[in-house]
Formats: sequence, C-alpha cells, structure tokens
Amino acid sequence: MPIDLYRIDDRLIHGQVVVGWGQPLNTAFIVLVDDDVATCDWERDLYRMGVPPEMDIFFDTVESAIQNHARYAADPRPGILVTGDIATMRRLAAGVPAIDQVNVGGLHHRGGREERLRYVFLSADDERELRELAASGVTITAQDVPAADRVGLAEILGESAESQK
Amino acid sequence: MSNSEPPAPVAGIVSGHGTFAEGLISGVDQITGLGGILVGISNRDFGGQELEAQMRDVLKRTGAAALFTDLPGGSATIAARRILRDTPGVILVTGTNLGLLLDFVFHAHEGVAEAARQAAERGRACITVSEAP
Repeated sequence: MPIDLYRIDDRLIHGQVVVGWGQPLNTAFIVLVDDDVATCDWERDLYRMGVPPEMDIFFDTVESAIQNHARYAADPRPGILVTGDIATMRRLAAGVPAIDQVNVGGLHHRGGREERLRYVFLSADDERELRELAASGVTITAQDVPAADRVGLAEILGESAESQK
Repeated sequence: MSNSEPPAPVAGIVSGHGTFAEGLISGVDQITGLGGILVGISNRDFGGQELEAQMRDVLKRTGAAALFTDLPGGSATIAARRILRDTPGVILVTGTNLGLLLDFVFHAHEGVAEAARQAAERGRACITVSEAP
C-alpha cells in the first residue's frame, strides 16, 4: 500500500496528525522528514514521545527519505509522511516521482506570511515553492482535518480556478 | 475570601486544543473561584515555535511554574517539553482534566511542583468507567 498522506505541517507530529488523521486512516507508521530533527537525538526523542506506542515513527533527512521511500511505500501498513515546510516537501518530491499528491495541513502565522486560509499562512517564498511543486506535476490541496473541505491550490493562492487553466 | 485580599499569583498555565484551556479554567473558577491562578493558551492558529514563544512569555511575565497540557503528543506538549529542556523549576503535566486542576489550585501555594505531582494522581483517580448491569 502506498503512503496514504504526504503532509506539510509546521507542527510536524501533533494531535491532528496522530489522532485526527491517524485514527480514520488507521495509521501504523509516520515518516518525519526534517534535516534538523533527523540529525538530533533530543529532537527525535521529543517527537517519539508524541506518538502512541502502537505507532512506529521513522526519522529521515530529505536525502535518506529519498533512499528509503520505496521501502516505506512497500510497507503493507497505512502510513503518513510529514514535512515541516514546503521547501522540504519540494526537495523530497523532486527525488521521489511517486509523490503526486500533497496535503497542506498547517502553515501558521509568522513574520512575512499572509493568511490564505485559517490554517495556511504563506510568504512570497512559500508561494513560489508551492507553485514550483505544482509545476512538477504534484497536485496540492489544503485540508487540516479529514472532516474539513479540501481546498485546491488556486483557492489557496486566491486565484480563480479558471485563471489556473 | 475577602475582596480586599490581593489576588493569588499565577501558578500554572493550561494549554491545549481549541477552547480546552478556557473551558477547564472556567470550570475551576465556577467551582472554587480560583481560576485566576491559571492562565490559558490555545494552540489554535499557532505554529510550534509561536506556541512555545507564547508559553515562554507567559511563564516569564507571571512566574508560573507548572504547565498543564492535553494530549501527550499534542503541539502544546511538544512546546512545553522544549521549555523544560532549558528552564529549571518548571513542571509539565499532560492529560490534564478538571479534577486534576481543582486539586492543584487548592495546593499550589504549598509548592507548585509537589502540588502538580499530587494533582496528577487525583486526575488519574477521576477517570472511572461505569456500566449499567
């Protein structure tokens, strides 16, 4: 079974991922792709404490995630892959052509970002990264939790769907 | 308690999803009138770094020494664990419920850390399951 969800979320592991998506998807493992977290024992322990004992968590840099992706995708158990920013997902998708859909689950307010959705704030660089990711053939939608409506990229960026054609 | 007495100092921060903190503190205040020794922070609309900064700011401003969060794996807990790493004297309790906070507010003046540990035991004891015969 392929990985169920490729998610961009600046909180990485938290309630929406572990419970909100993890319960309905029956998620058995999470792949956290982040160059800083993957190379720091303390950070890995911090996020390991955030998942229930029955759920596996794997840590990768972008480079190791590209190498290990086929193994994760071949795992018969349902899984979620999460990155903390768009740039990391774009670098990962560039090395893993199998990634064809990406969920923007949470990019929150900070300096230089403007609100696009209640849970999506983007800087000019973020927007450029999203456009580049989409141009590479990846379908991008925003959806914080499974019960919410899925929002297409045109709406995220404040463009009409017509103008995207 | 007389209205002329100064308000008790803030002892704890409650943080979690949605209106979790607001609701619990409201309950504490309704039952004891001591809701003022707790400050609530919702994780709604905050990224991880921003939530951590918000918690640090309230800790610094108020002198609170206890952090109460909801899910052990939630973003509030992750932020609190980062604070514990470099802030001696702060204690974190996860899985917070109303019974736990009620016990804490009555004993915080005796020592926040011990009050938090004791409150955690009370919170566990509050969880029961009953079934019809």
